[in-house]
Amino acid sequence: MTSLPVLEVCELVAGYEPGAPVVRGVSVSARRGEIVALLGPNGAGKSTLLKAVAGLVPVESGEVRLEGVDVTRLVAHRMVLAGLAFVPQTDNVFATLSVHDNLELGVAGLPTKVRRARIEQAYALFGDLARQRRLLGGRLSGGQRQMLAIARALLVQPKVLLLDEPSAGLSPKMVGDTFRKLSEVRATGTAIVLVEQNTRAALAIADRAYVLVGGRNRHAGSAAELAADSSIAQLYLGLGPQRMTAREGL
Amino acid sequence: MSLQFFADGVIAGAMIALGASGVTLTYSILRFANFAQGEFVSWGGYFALSLAGWIGSLAASAIEPLEPLSVGWSVLLALLVAMPLTGLLAWLLDVALFARLRRRGAAIALVMASFGASMALRALLEVVYSTRPAYFSRELQIAVPVGHGIRVTPDQIALLVTTAVLVAGLHLMLAYTRTGRSMRAVSESPELARVIGIDVARIIRITWFVGGGLACAAGVLLGLVVQLRPAMGFDLLLPMFAAAILGGIGSVPGALAGGLIIGIAEALAVQFVGAEWRAGVAFAVLVLVLLIRPTGLAGRMAG
Repeated sequence: MTSLPVLEVCELVAGYEPGAPVVRGVSVSARRGEIVALLGPNGAGKSTLLKAVAGLVPVESGEVRLEGVDVTRLVAHRMVLAGLAFVPQTDNVFATLSVHDNLELGVAGLPTKVRRARIEQAYALFGDLARQRRLLGGRLSGGQRQMLAIARALLVQPKVLLLDEPSAGLSPKMVGDTFRKLSEVRATGTAIVLVEQNTRAALAIADRAYVLVGGRNRHAGSAAELAADSSIAQLYLGLGPQRMTAREGL
Repeated sequence: MSLQFFADGVIAGAMIALGASGVTLTYSILRFANFAQGEFVSWGGYFALSLAGWIGSLAASAIEPLEPLSVGWSVLLALLVAMPLTGLLAWLLDVALFARLRRRGAAIALVMASFGASMALRALLEVVYSTRPAYFSRELQIAVPVGHGIRVTPDQIALLVTTAVLVAGLHLMLAYTRTGRSMRAVSESPELARVIGIDVARIIRITWFVGGGLACAAGVLLGLVVQLRPAMGFDLLLPMFAAAILGGIGSVPGALAGGLIIGIAEALAVQFVGAEWRAGVAFAVLVLVLLIRPTGLAGRMAG
């Protein structure tokens, strides 16, 4: 793991309506091969922050830097080419397209040979998808959809993968499977920034975490530190009074 | 009993289907009913007429009919140039009008604006070309018997073949090409399409060019087998929308089936009920199908 952050978000102010920011000066960073969790109560601006970083929500001020390059004003489809992939929480696969076509779209701009090789790699990593390649996206289970969305995002070999609530609507077993896949992805050097309501699972997999409240940074630290701080856990993370350890919860 | 009415219905249905393919494409990707689509049919026809005249003035031999057709190379070349030209017109209208309203998220304003644009485009066409009918050719064609008492002209056969080629080509493009997949993706979710790296603005541009090109082809074929009039696109607008809705918005095969059903229903009405019931019977079929299957015959964009 290098010390320089691959993603730097500095004092970002962003929102859906001009003059009414949801994110009010948030700063976060992620290093290569690191999993960073964004935590906090509902309405903290976590998902809006991810969307703003991905180029989907207008940024009023602040900066997003990818390997030191300012990408703040890049439109969403160029953000992908720059190396930043985003997986939305819901409706994250094309229901009327087959699994294979979903994957093809993820590598549409690459040469045919590279495209085929990347898709085969994705099938190797997500064996379930290889068996369902002709099935329509809309016919997949919640967990399979999540896997497909992550697999598609990884096809461009992003420097940073942004995930909005990857465990939403999944069974505990599927949450475990999904998070294990994320650990495998981390091992390739991709930085992962994830927003999670499932705080225990997120802190169990994350290296570091930020707690956002009211669109602002409130706390930051290693996942183990935050999990061990019972006052933070009770106030902002919806965790019970018992202390939890960093690798608990999966 | 002669089945001529059936053949007439298929020929009319083919023209409707061609226009409806453009309607279904733009409707599913741009998410609004563009009532100016009919004007693209008229403008496409007149673009081709002007171009054919210009080509004819450069090379007189280009006007000589390509037997057994009633028109020469000039019209075929004009069609190839007029299709992207009509697409350009459609895209320019989007840049000048629809894109601004789309950014504000005003769906009903888009529909109303398309009504206004339709009237303005039609009036402009009347100013430039007058309301008098125009023809690609004044050659008289002899209809040839094809069995069961049916007679069709070579131009009508050309219309059927051209429609089949264009609709099949569009279907194959949507089903098997990267651009087609991207168009289907944008049709389903523009935001997700952006997220995975699709340039949605480029896909919208392509959609206008394809939709405009198909409308132009419908206009030229209509001008070839009937006549060119500034109001011809407007007259075709409701059957085109009926066919697109009947077939299922987003489905090209559905638009083809919808166009043929509407065309044949209209012909049946003329044959057995009376010409004044033509439009009424077609829409009765539309209502009946939608009551049984609200998403139309083929549902969403499936290539």
